[in-house]
Amino acid sequence: MTDLADLSIADAGRGLRDGEFTAQELLDATWRRAAVTEAHLHAYLVLDREGARRSAARADEELAAGTDRGPLHGIPVAVKDNLSTRGVETTCASQILAGYTPPYDATAVERLRDAGAVIVGKTNLDEFAMGSSTENSAYGPTRNPWDTDRVPGGSSGGSAAAVAAGSAFAALGSDTGGSIRQPAALTGLVGAKPTYGLVSRYGLVAFASSLDQIGPLARSVPDAVDVLSAIAGWDRHDATSYPGDVPEMGRSLDAGVQGVRIGVVTELMGEGIAPEVLAATASTIERLAAAGAEIVDVSMPSTEYALSAYYLIAPAECSSNLARFDGVRYGLRVDGGTVEEMMARTRAEGFGPEVIRRILLGTYALSAGYYDAFYGQAQKVRTLVRRDFAAAYEQVDVLVSPTSPTTAFRIGERSDDPIAMYYSDVCTIPSNLAGDPAVSVPVALDGTGLPIGFQVMAPQLGEEMMFRVAAEVERSAGFSFRAPLATSEVVEP
Amino acid sequence: MPVEIDIAKVAALARIALSDEELAAYGAQLGVILEHAERVQALPTDDVEPTSHPLPLVNAFRPDEVWPSLDRDDVLSQAPDTVDGYYRVPQILDGP
Amino acid sequence: MSVIPEGWEAVIGIETHVELQTRSKMFCGCRVDFGDEPNTAVCPVCLALPGALPVANEAAIDGIVRIGTALDCTINERSLFYRKNYFYPDLPKNYQISQYTYPVCEHGRIVVDVDGEPTVIGITRVHMEEDTGKSLHMGEGGRIQDADHTLLDFNRAGVPLVEIVTEPDIRTPDQARAYGAELQRIVRTLGVSDARLEEGSMRFDANVSVRRAGTSELGTRTEIKNVNSLRSMQRAIAFEIERQVEVLAAGGTVVQETRHWNEATGRTTAMRSKEESEDYRYFQEPDLLPLSIDERWRNRVKASMPELPAQLRARLVAAGADERTAGLLADSPLLAGLFDAAVRAGAEARTVASWLTGEVVAYARRVGASVGELHLTAEHLVELAAMVAGGELSATAAKQVLTGVLAGEGGPRQVAEAMDLLQISDSGAIEAVVADVVADHPDALEKIRSGDAKPIGFLVGQVMRATGGKADPKMVQEIIRRSAGL
Ligand SMILES: [Mg+2]
Ligand SMILES: [Zn+2]
Repeated sequence: MTDLADLSIADAGRGLRDGEFTAQELLDATWRRAAVTEAHLHAYLVLDREGARRSAARADEELAAGTDRGPLHGIPVAVKDNLSTRGVETTCASQILAGYTPPYDATAVERLRDAGAVIVGKTNLDEFAMGSSTENSAYGPTRNPWDTDRVPGGSSGGSAAAVAAGSAFAALGSDTGGSIRQPAALTGLVGAKPTYGLVSRYGLVAFASSLDQIGPLARSVPDAVDVLSAIAGWDRHDATSYPGDVPEMGRSLDAGVQGVRIGVVTELMGEGIAPEVLAATASTIERLAAAGAEIVDVSMPSTEYALSAYYLIAPAECSSNLARFDGVRYGLRVDGGTVEEMMARTRAEGFGPEVIRRILLGTYALSAGYYDAFYGQAQKVRTLVRRDFAAAYEQVDVLVSPTSPTTAFRIGERSDDPIAMYYSDVCTIPSNLAGDPAVSVPVALDGTGLPIGFQVMAPQLGEEMMFRVAAEVERSAGFSFRAPLATSEVVEP
Repeated sequence: MPVEIDIAKVAALARIALSDEELAAYGAQLGVILEHAERVQALPTDDVEPTSHPLPLVNAFRPDEVWPSLDRDDVLSQAPDTVDGYYRVPQILDGP
Repeated sequence: MSVIPEGWEAVIGIETHVELQTRSKMFCGCRVDFGDEPNTAVCPVCLALPGALPVANEAAIDGIVRIGTALDCTINERSLFYRKNYFYPDLPKNYQISQYTYPVCEHGRIVVDVDGEPTVIGITRVHMEEDTGKSLHMGEGGRIQDADHTLLDFNRAGVPLVEIVTEPDIRTPDQARAYGAELQRIVRTLGVSDARLEEGSMRFDANVSVRRAGTSELGTRTEIKNVNSLRSMQRAIAFEIERQVEVLAAGGTVVQETRHWNEATGRTTAMRSKEESEDYRYFQEPDLLPLSIDERWRNRVKASMPELPAQLRARLVAAGADERTAGLLADSPLLAGLFDAAVRAGAEARTVASWLTGEVVAYARRVGASVGELHLTAEHLVELAAMVAGGELSATAAKQVLTGVLAGEGGPRQVAEAMDLLQISDSGAIEAVVADVVADHPDALEKIRSGDAKPIGFLVGQVMRATGGKADPKMVQEIIRRSAGL
């Protein structure tokens, strides 16, 4: 019999309802898996054993009493540690928030609870979600379950490692420039960034407000859809949340791609993309064509500027969003003779180098005399990116590309080269700038046995079509590999 | 060419206390990043409106209703220094 | 009161911050309440806890549209929130949500009257923002400079704040004061704020520069802060004008700086100046959507406008009050309401206006009560005015009666009777007394008949004595004349 920790959400749900096992047993399986994997991976910053046990017990009671909260009821899920959780330490992997325990739940967390999910813990990330490798955590890096010498991607690397290793059935991540999709690609998972505004950002510790979105990391497209459906929808606490109806994301998963027009972004299919990644992408596209899709080459000329625009817009917003960490009301304080000194020392000591780098970059891009040339110009380039997408979607239903230019790289490999690190997000950033949804689906392993992700992008609120195509990619790829570590190297920590 | 910036001034604006060595290092790194970021200036954007919000929505309001506030002991328990129900900080040097 | 030195001209602009009295704060649901224990009206949003987001209070937006409409502004169809970035411990996010380009209102005006001289003061812009928390500077001496630590209370953080900026159209301290007073009246009339300077719900900053009279170039300006009454604004500006003129006249230069008004010394002093000028790094607030205040909204506000102070004053004048009294009445909605109701019910306008701004205000002040706490209704005023008009009360007696009414002794007639002040205005009764008096003094009547008017006074005096002073002297005189066949 398979380990309970390896079940899909649908199978786990069926078992719970058929009385084959209880939510508490699912949780126990998750703990057992974490006990095996955490020593190698460090996916979690906090495991909320007590809270999770209470939730699981309640799920069992409710299900026994006939109260069914839907597909996530009784399912152990993990939450990235930049989402506020009431009573559970939330540090964003930063020293500056060491010991901070929020008095409130993020809306997405609240909705997970309302859906009956069992929240097992808070996952590691690049400090304040700034990074593409989860090496920038003040509490140590997370490792890739496929090869522990390699990064799991980032910034939602902890969520990715946990789900890939089976110490959570699914997890929430946040995606500002690719922080869900890129780690999903590097760990063989499905990771989706929904349309901007579809999921409330209330309680997500802001990195770049106009780009941040919360989304799921899961082991299959249907699992991702279940999680996203539970957290999506308007929220009175987020003025930028979308007030209309949530797309029916799971409605067309079995519809296939007959007649669907799929655009291949030519700018993302050449230079800078690893040959094996290109090859896997091309063969995925061939399979889609074979399944009846109409394949069109689409040029998006602004793509090459998107990365530059992103690295002005995101730091600018972050420099302002992170101003609140000042040693006054919560978190770290480093003493000083004056309040100015206290703040400046607290921030120097509390933030890691990548965070400081981005705060300085953003401060500069917004400062008098430079605003127009940098931030202002970047916001205009953003408009050009949106125009490119709009023009593309006149011809096609979805766009596709690789998710990440490479498979998982070695820990430390890009630490000293910010530009190389930033380039990890070249394929994912355009969707954030446009506010469009995008999903990464695993399609193959490279020669060293590392997963390769394939990205499907759709216009705003086009989640139904996006997941329809993603489901076909998943079926046609037949990607059934699982991260080896969890099952092969059983080591008690 | 890396972009030259007055990094000390930027660090002061950002309220981050950095040593001279740190300033020099960050200054050099930022110069390289900005050299890449400067590419955005190559695009003609005279007739282009900036994008600030991905969704073209307006007027998201809250009705003028009172919500429960937080328990003071709870919020103050998170603070580094408090006295008599107040947050306490060292003396202020500058006025805004 | 204040005089600008000969040969010089002052150029003054005023920035006013007004706290709106909404139920909840600008971007969160915490109550707006200033009597509270520190840090009890706080939540994740107004404390800037990690992850919290602002959502704009619709009533506050409505409030600023009302203010803009009252100030004759253009209400921009599209308006944007910005972040104003600066570090200060009473500013929880270390940025203030404010407006920059595209404020809600622009291009308005206020007309103020100083010594009968109307002056138009342009309103540059009116924008929406949020208040900061309160800092208490502790330490020996209690002055900012001496404080060794600061206590912070965030109950006020996030209270809706409207900033009103004038053009540099003001030339004298008196005009500045008149502007402040008129703005305060308008805001109060709109019901959007209690606009109390002592409590900080209305705050003025004045920008002052001077130049040689007849020149048009602007001098270097200073910004005066910490004025907490209209009078101290007037004094502070007057002091600052004089100081700048002195500096310039002595060949010196004015330093562009912020100066602090010290009420006790009557002087402004330079605040610690910073090495670099502020760089607020404004950018559009990504957490809030643009405002769209369409024609329907603007029209709805227009239709719900109350009568503004200027309109009220004009109407009071039209109703018969003089300019000065009209101004006094308009200052108090309660007095103006009593005046309106009484005049509408037929009372004589001048009489009522003089009572309200004279006896009523004086009485209230004497007993330390507000006008609203007095036992005075429009019906009382109408009745009292009718008694004067009908000859039952003399003007002097009416004032005595009014005081009794204010003291809660009863209605005018009741008080007049109790005080025994009613005049005999029944002509039959007076005629009988006149007949008696004339019978006693036939020679006097004869003299009158032959054209000598002098004894009329004598006879009136006799009648008044006979009636114990209660006869209406005018009526007595008339009856005597009639008896003499005049
Ligand atoms: Mg202001
Ligand atoms: Zn609040």
